[in-house]
Amino acid sequence: MNGKPKPVAAATGSRFGRWLVSGPPLVYLLLFFAIPSLIMVLASFRTPGEFGGLAPLFEGGRLDLNLDSYARFFSETIYAQIFLKSVWYALFTTLFCLVLAYPLATLIAKSPKRFRDLLLLLVILPFWSNFLIRVYAWMIILGPNAALARTVNGVLAWFGHEPVPLLFSSFAVLVCLVYVHLPFMVLPLYANLEKHDQALLDAAQDLGANAWQRFWRITFPLSLPGVYAGAALVFIPALGIFAIPDILGGPEDSLIGNVIKQQFLETRDWPFGSVLSIVLTVAALALAGLAAWVARGRLGAPSSTREARA
Amino acid sequence: MALLEIENVTRRFGAFTAVDKVSIGIEAGEFFTLLGPSGCGKTTLLRMIAGFDLPDGGRILLNGADLAGRPPEQRPVRTVFQSYALFPHMTVEGNVAFPLQMAKTPAVEIPAKIAAALEDVRLVGFGKRYPHELSGGQKQRVAIGRALVTHPTMLLLDEPLAALDAKLREEMQLELINLQKEVGITFVYVTHDQTEALALSHRIAVMNKGRVEQLDEPSKIYSFPKTRFVADFIGQCNLFSGPVAAGGYGVVTLDVPALGPVRVATASKLPPGSPGTIALRPEKIRIQADAPIDTPDNHYRGTVADLLYMGDVTVYKVATPGGMRVEALLANSQSGRAKFFEVGDAVDVSWSVDAGHFIEE
Repeated sequence: MNGKPKPVAAATGSRFGRWLVSGPPLVYLLLFFAIPSLIMVLASFRTPGEFGGLAPLFEGGRLDLNLDSYARFFSETIYAQIFLKSVWYALFTTLFCLVLAYPLATLIAKSPKRFRDLLLLLVILPFWSNFLIRVYAWMIILGPNAALARTVNGVLAWFGHEPVPLLFSSFAVLVCLVYVHLPFMVLPLYANLEKHDQALLDAAQDLGANAWQRFWRITFPLSLPGVYAGAALVFIPALGIFAIPDILGGPEDSLIGNVIKQQFLETRDWPFGSVLSIVLTVAALALAGLAAWVARGRLGAPSSTREARA
Repeated sequence: MALLEIENVTRRFGAFTAVDKVSIGIEAGEFFTLLGPSGCGKTTLLRMIAGFDLPDGGRILLNGADLAGRPPEQRPVRTVFQSYALFPHMTVEGNVAFPLQMAKTPAVEIPAKIAAALEDVRLVGFGKRYPHELSGGQKQRVAIGRALVTHPTMLLLDEPLAALDAKLREEMQLELINLQKEVGITFVYVTHDQTEALALSHRIAVMNKGRVEQLDEPSKIYSFPKTRFVADFIGQCNLFSGPVAAGGYGVVTLDVPALGPVRVATASKLPPGSPGTIALRPEKIRIQADAPIDTPDNHYRGTVADLLYMGDVTVYKVATPGGMRVEALLANSQSGRAKFFEVGDAVDVSWSVDAGHFIEE
């Protein structure tokens, strides 16, 4: 309502309509996201029960809330280490996805219109089969008797090197992390690159820029919104993943997601699991915020909102 | 030898010949215009000079050196694109600095060169703005400043004023003339707008269907069109066609159907019966209410069938008894009267033998 006088009935009518439309998703998020999150925050201050779960909130007439689980996270460095390792894995995954997705997205964006839909379909084709089945498929591909391992170890033996296992290693985890997240990088990058104006590249070339300079000075900076969107879509899920290290990783490859799962299902220390989850959420938010802040400083230029205001 | 020699250049797209054996020499310091309707090959020719397109036949020589095999980034020519093509993520300064950085200009010299370029295009104080914060005319000036900052041998302008409104376009035309004079760089200008071409250029090449129909100074192109196409495309023109009835003493008489015999001065010595056309500009026709007291060479009665009142002048379409429409233009110069004639008025149109221009066909 930008100050214009409107009939009261119409205004309330439209307000009611708006609530009608946005109400169900709001209620859904409140019930299944906000309230569970609050329960988790509360659980992080409680005492674990003797046989798992939580100890009663009121013990002998007094409220049992404490910071023990937080103290444990900050005193035992092993958790911080696993946490850092998870960040590294997620960063590597994001970087590899970016390097692999950029040429692919460029190819799709530059291919003739009638092929584009087909190529995009191929990119999202893996989603048609179950996530776990695709992860298990990598067990076969990387298995010790598969052609890949035999070839690699054959070459290594030729150089007098001992055979290495491909499966149950950080290598297997990273390969699968990249494989699973690649489409999430390709799609936003493609959406951005597809809108680029060829005239800008012609102008840059006319002004003396070679192919390399045209890429780094024009194409890449203009594609940064797509890069940031893709990076967020890859980094955040990769940070919390547990299925891939569980199936393909060795004992050294436990990530923060695995530890959280362990706390809830095996150790049955719900308060500590909650603490780890909260730290993960806060860290993901902080990194996303940092990325957005860096992006604004570096771009300096017209983000879409500034364009719209001008 | 001219600065830029276009020799027999041909460019085909499938079965369509966009540029057909064109040969043009463009002199250093010239404001040269390629003029023609859309699809005449003018933009294709410009893109071949810039290096974005390659000829299928013929050569393009700059300073005597063949440009073949040199990609656009290695040619000392710059293009001003119709869409401006400013880099949206860079400020005005960043845009103007771009070609300097590509040319490996020492960083200490760049600010002074940017300042000079922005002064040339009257954009001092706009350096920190982004393209989306500029008006169309300002964007155009940034594009020109960016193209000129490295002092290229030649500036190619592809319909640079097409996206501007009429008032601004006129202003920018004057600025372009002054700028070209100031920097002394050869301009090759592409346009479909004949008034723009006439106002700006030292020389014009009128193109049609991939060929150059006429290459001359603007006033010659306007007054002495070589072909029917040029006469028709440049400005308003009456075209009277018919077989030659008689010749002699440098004057040819054409038997124009629906009008009658029309006499025109020409050096042409066509035998009677061969086809010819007379191009006659509306402003060269005398239009008056009464029969002339002198005896003009060509003289017809008619009625005003239609008129276009344009403020400063009025264009009268006079219908002759034979059914021909003669277009005559008259300045609304009499005080106390808005215009001279109304639709339906009986008028007399006349012109001398040297008013028209004879075109052989």
